[in-house]
Amino acid sequence: MTDYGTLATDPIFGLPLQELWFGLVFFIFAMFLFLDGFDFGVGALFATREDEAERETLLAAIGPFWDGNEVWLVVFGGALFAAFPAVYANLFSRHYLLMFAILGALILRGLAPEMYEQRHDKAWQTWWGRSFVVGSVTAPFFLGVFAAHWLLGVETLVSLPGVVVGLAVVALTVVAGVGFLGLKTRGTLRADLVAYGPKAVAAYLALVVVTLGYLVAVRPDLGVLAPIPLALVALSLVAAGGYVVALREGRFTLAFATVPVLVFAFVALVAVLMFPMADPAVGLTVSDAIISMLPLNIMSIASALLLPLVFAYFGILYSSFSGPVETGESYS
Amino acid sequence: MLDPVIASRAQFALTTIVHIIFPVMSMGLAPFLIYFTWKDIRSGDPVYEQLRRFWTKIFAVSFVVGTVTGIVLEFEFGTNFAAFSTAAGELFGGPLATEGMMAFMLEATFLGVFVFGREKVSDALYMVSAVAVGLGTWLSAVWILVANSWMQTPRGYELASESGQLVVSLVDPIAAYANPRFPWMFVHMQNAAVLSVALFMAGVASYIVWRRGIDADSDGQDARFWRKTLKIALVVLLVTAPFQVVHGDAYGRHVAETQPQKFAAMEAVWETDSYVPEYIIALPTDLSQITDPRAKELFGIGIPGGASWLASGGDPQAEITGLNEFETEAPPVAIVFWSFRLMVAAGFWFVVLAFWAAYRWWTGELYDDDLLHKAFVGSSLLGIFAVEVGWIVTEVGRQPWVIQGVMKTSDGVSPGLTGLEATITLVGFGLVYTGLLTLYAYIVRRIIREGPPEVDGGGPTASPTPTEVTADD
Repeated sequence: MTDYGTLATDPIFGLPLQELWFGLVFFIFAMFLFLDGFDFGVGALFATREDEAERETLLAAIGPFWDGNEVWLVVFGGALFAAFPAVYANLFSRHYLLMFAILGALILRGLAPEMYEQRHDKAWQTWWGRSFVVGSVTAPFFLGVFAAHWLLGVETLVSLPGVVVGLAVVALTVVAGVGFLGLKTRGTLRADLVAYGPKAVAAYLALVVVTLGYLVAVRPDLGVLAPIPLALVALSLVAAGGYVVALREGRFTLAFATVPVLVFAFVALVAVLMFPMADPAVGLTVSDAIISMLPLNIMSIASALLLPLVFAYFGILYSSFSGPVETGESYS
Repeated sequence: MLDPVIASRAQFALTTIVHIIFPVMSMGLAPFLIYFTWKDIRSGDPVYEQLRRFWTKIFAVSFVVGTVTGIVLEFEFGTNFAAFSTAAGELFGGPLATEGMMAFMLEATFLGVFVFGREKVSDALYMVSAVAVGLGTWLSAVWILVANSWMQTPRGYELASESGQLVVSLVDPIAAYANPRFPWMFVHMQNAAVLSVALFMAGVASYIVWRRGIDADSDGQDARFWRKTLKIALVVLLVTAPFQVVHGDAYGRHVAETQPQKFAAMEAVWETDSYVPEYIIALPTDLSQITDPRAKELFGIGIPGGASWLASGGDPQAEITGLNEFETEAPPVAIVFWSFRLMVAAGFWFVVLAFWAAYRWWTGELYDDDLLHKAFVGSSLLGIFAVEVGWIVTEVGRQPWVIQGVMKTSDGVSPGLTGLEATITLVGFGLVYTGLLTLYAYIVRRIIREGPPEVDGGGPTASPTPTEVTADD
């Protein structure tokens, strides 16, 4: 047998690997919610467009990106499985039907644009257009329910906080979609879409504040009023204000830049409130659930090498398709 | 309501059987697309631009369906096999996470560039994107097969028990991930994928050649495109088909050494014996024995000493351990026995097909032998079929183990799962995946009927604005 020396006994560089992996899992989830979030938002905004050319523009805006964006969810599942297998197993099996609802929504969202482009008759496009909207709205809704149930340890299929957080995440994806399309569209289409931004961000903040107020009253043990959660809420308020002002002034790059701030603040809030638990429903803490030292070290090294590459891939992808969507952009 | 264990196993089987079609298409198409892109950029010959654009469409739709059905499989380890995932997560989760970061990310990001970016990026970056997509699909297979092969020939682990729960911990990652099965599986699978796609391409091209009466002198871009497709597919077939048979023979020997119970099920050998024949067919005396081809034999045709020869690599006297010798129950023997025969028969048929077509090419009659064309059309999907039955041998044959000799599949199922939940999702997948397969077949058929895009005869930068979606039915 190979001798792995201290790799099998001590964390590399003495790093707090358990906590780092807990953070990494949520970081990956936030990357997914940010990137695929604007795809979902574009799907929701698709419902507001009647004009054929405008609809095509919206589909073309996310065409090259959504598949790569969705892979962050695969990596989220993989990272959770690799670092906290017991959490992965408990959480996914406990939310059995919810997980398949997420998968069903993602199947619909992925398939619908592909089908939509196949035929150009009215009935067909109406059907697949609606499917695209339904998939794009229900996927973030179920993901929001999932996040709430994970944090609060809810074991039932439906709960009030689950529904409220689900709606908040849907609103957040619309915020992201408007931000993204601010960069990708021009003219009256952009002006129309931008009008949805302030409403969506206001709805998002209202739903988050309601949820937090509820948690202060019902779940004092979570520590919502501690400095870090409050700082995250303040950060969200500033980012939301910046988003509205930037949209109004037509500074679309700035408006889009506030989107990741909102998304990462939201996910960080969930993570901070949950820590040191990793699966509150069964009382599993981060240090209970973490894998043993040797695979933890190996996965840490692998991730440290691979994630910078992943960012480089995304850099190449997004810079290849920077700027507004050109009409007629399709398969090469 | 179904028993949650049965429903979970059925659901995993269903979702895997459907999913594997799409990675086979994308992994098999990858080397072709790299070649087409290279030739398109370097030669500027319009036929390569057509080949690249046409087969990229099929690649792209396969990739999309492969993505959405692939996430399902990853999630099912948690939803349906929570006990397995908890126990073996630190061995099994690592390869899946690595697959996501190393392979799937590479593939999915560069696919955006590859599918949409011909006009947007330089030739060099476009070529890089083709290679990155192809590399991504193959690296994906590496990590998925590392995880799967570890379950077949587990190494590098230690067993412990924490409050009555089995815990499998990783103590030697090199031994675990470079386990004995991995190289066999990887080579067999990748060659099978390329072979399957070559058969699919040859089948589609033969159909058009046959129906339109294209021959060596037919004019026009389309005729040239389909002739080229057929010839390229045939060259690949000539290499991959014989290789698969030779490799499969050696692989069988490896299985006999490492998973004797599976090998016994493949041959339906109950009592340990030497000079065991290789049964080509075996029929039981009555229908109640149908699950066991050789229990009460009515009729069988076998090659004397064949199974012994296969197990030992050339010794017809070699002993094969019978299923009755093992402490655990046997896997469903009939499924394994017949799947193995179907796979092997398909493999030999592909060799016949390859040499038949090569002979016609040599005599200059490749476009004139309609029987050959019909044989290719009929075999278009047989490569994928062979992959399916091959995986059934692998996965059903290792039952009752989810991790060979360590954990039984029935012990791996999520403890809290109810029969109602499992039945709902099983039925749901039955419906959704039927729809998904129908739509996939519909799209691929449309792409084929639309045919290759018309392109200018000019150089690599002369491709027209790509809005070639046709008017509609």
